[in-house]
Amino acid sequence: MQGNIACAEGALAAGCNFFGGYPITPSTEVAEHMASRMPKITGSCFIQMEDEIASMAAIIGAAWTGARSMTATSGPGFSLMMENIGYAVMTETPCVLVNIQRGGPSTGQPTMGAQGDMMQVRFGSHGDYSIIALCPSSVQECFDLTAKAFNLADRFRTPVFLMADEVIGHMREKLEIPDSVEIIRPKTLPEGTLPFTAGPDGVPGFAPFGIGRFTHVTGLTHDERGYPDTTNPACHESLVKRLVNKIENARHEIADYTIVNENARYVFVCYGAPVRTVKEVVDRMKIPDTGYLQLKTVWPFPEELLLRFPNVQAFIVPEMNLGMISREVERHVSVRVIPVGRIGGELHPPEELIQAVKIAGGDV
Amino acid sequence: MRNEWLRSDRLPHIYCAGCGNGTIMNCVLEAITQTGWDRTRTVFLSGIGCSSRAPGYIMTDSLHTTHGRAIAFATGVKMADPSLHVVVFTGDGDLAAIGGNHFIHGCRRNIDITVVCMNNHIYGMTGGQGSPTTPLGKTSTTTPYGAEEAPFDLVELAIAAGANYVARWTSYHVKQLTDAVYDGLLTPGFSLIEVRCQCPTSYGRRNKYREPTDYMTYLKTNAILKRKWEEMERSGENISPDSFPVGEFVRRSRPVMGVPDEA
Repeated sequence: MQGNIACAEGALAAGCNFFGGYPITPSTEVAEHMASRMPKITGSCFIQMEDEIASMAAIIGAAWTGARSMTATSGPGFSLMMENIGYAVMTETPCVLVNIQRGGPSTGQPTMGAQGDMMQVRFGSHGDYSIIALCPSSVQECFDLTAKAFNLADRFRTPVFLMADEVIGHMREKLEIPDSVEIIRPKTLPEGTLPFTAGPDGVPGFAPFGIGRFTHVTGLTHDERGYPDTTNPACHESLVKRLVNKIENARHEIADYTIVNENARYVFVCYGAPVRTVKEVVDRMKIPDTGYLQLKTVWPFPEELLLRFPNVQAFIVPEMNLGMISREVERHVSVRVIPVGRIGGELHPPEELIQAVKIAGGDV
Repeated sequence: MRNEWLRSDRLPHIYCAGCGNGTIMNCVLEAITQTGWDRTRTVFLSGIGCSSRAPGYIMTDSLHTTHGRAIAFATGVKMADPSLHVVVFTGDGDLAAIGGNHFIHGCRRNIDITVVCMNNHIYGMTGGQGSPTTPLGKTSTTTPYGAEEAPFDLVELAIAAGANYVARWTSYHVKQLTDAVYDGLLTPGFSLIEVRCQCPTSYGRRNKYREPTDYMTYLKTNAILKRKWEEMERSGENISPDSFPVGEFVRRSRPVMGVPDEA
């Protein structure tokens, strides 16, 4: 099965019942597959919107009726979604966005893979906030992580991003579809509780529209009633810090990763398509003294995992961009960090990573 | 009856003295009361601007969204749960400028929502900039020498784009406006009710309608019933450029979206 279609199937397995989207290469197969499958599922809606701004708006509207909603796009569409991504963050609307990354900036390389949106997903909308981003490196992970994204969205009441890339989205591999997937829906809002009063984890209960709770939802800075309070510094500070902390403080819970060769001296930190070359170098070619940390959760960044390598001499970060997550790694460690950025659309060849090990001092 | 629909703990509201928006909200709530809709199954949405603060004062579920996007959000709400009643408050800048694309596609889809546009010909909340409905020659902070761009006719736009119900009234015509909103609410498909209204603070002050009653008088004098307007056009009678037709312009049954399946 193709990676994009595995995303769609993962979403359906998780009970996704609303898809709003707009065609864009290389993500279109996600929408096409949903358009084919959803009309046959009772209570489901597929709608092609007029642009990506409207797609993002529609999935937020649907989420407030209690639907499990999602969209899929790529770079140029992702840029258009930034406005309403900020709205979803501010209003704590659970929803899932799939970004099949392609080469940018601008229209760039529509049919070639890239990981150039990894900072945009974290910081692209205005203001301070935090989100959750997952990165699949195989067709199986496209399925598994998309299904998981819905649970994280509901658990933390936040947009969750599946940051795949063209290489993985258009790759065909064997997929094992489980009989069922775990489904975690949002906490309900207890009777007598204000709609934006959070529990100790910083996440409020959810009262969707139509059940008589009369929730007012606004993108303005609001108090626990949901009412605008835009000139009170304390209200703004407590709201925005809660929105950030409910995710950043749950980094351990959200972290999803694989560690291989904890005792390695040369450790690859990788996510998405480059994981495949790293596995070739470490698992199959068994280049001496190498190991890796595969991040399936890139944001919130699980920096504590970098401490799990007691003998590390250098972290090597291969990415299909000019060095984004390598900077995040650098922020947290005192050993050498070697970025191996590659743009243009092709995966790193193993020799390029072996060369990086050599630069790090490896005897290869 | 209407008071139950108000979020009284949100009062006082932010509208300026003499603003037309409160009158329009009142007409909409009166019309909704007449439909007998369940308050728990009715959702108000809006974008950004003075008009868009209205849902914050109404005791239902409500979504105060981003600038111009309310119709796109409403499409998501209505398609995900067609049993909900969905009403959008918007203004001329929100609907016709930044939200123009969502507006025409809402009409084209004929999604079953009712859109009430408070058209005061100006960006009121940001302090009086020109909008796509500022009449030629009128003054705003961004058209200090008079507007040079031709304005949109929202009614013609909605008709051409496919809406099932289209009417225009003013904040002076409260009875007719209430009736038109009622008809819009009950017509399946997309309904647009354009309401011309006064903004003494940002529009009137710069355009010789300083008192709220100045603009109400203008509306009363220059709003011409659609039938009479058409007769005047046929007979070649001279029509003042300040005048505009009011009434019901379209009521039809093109295919719709977002209507619950018959049980």
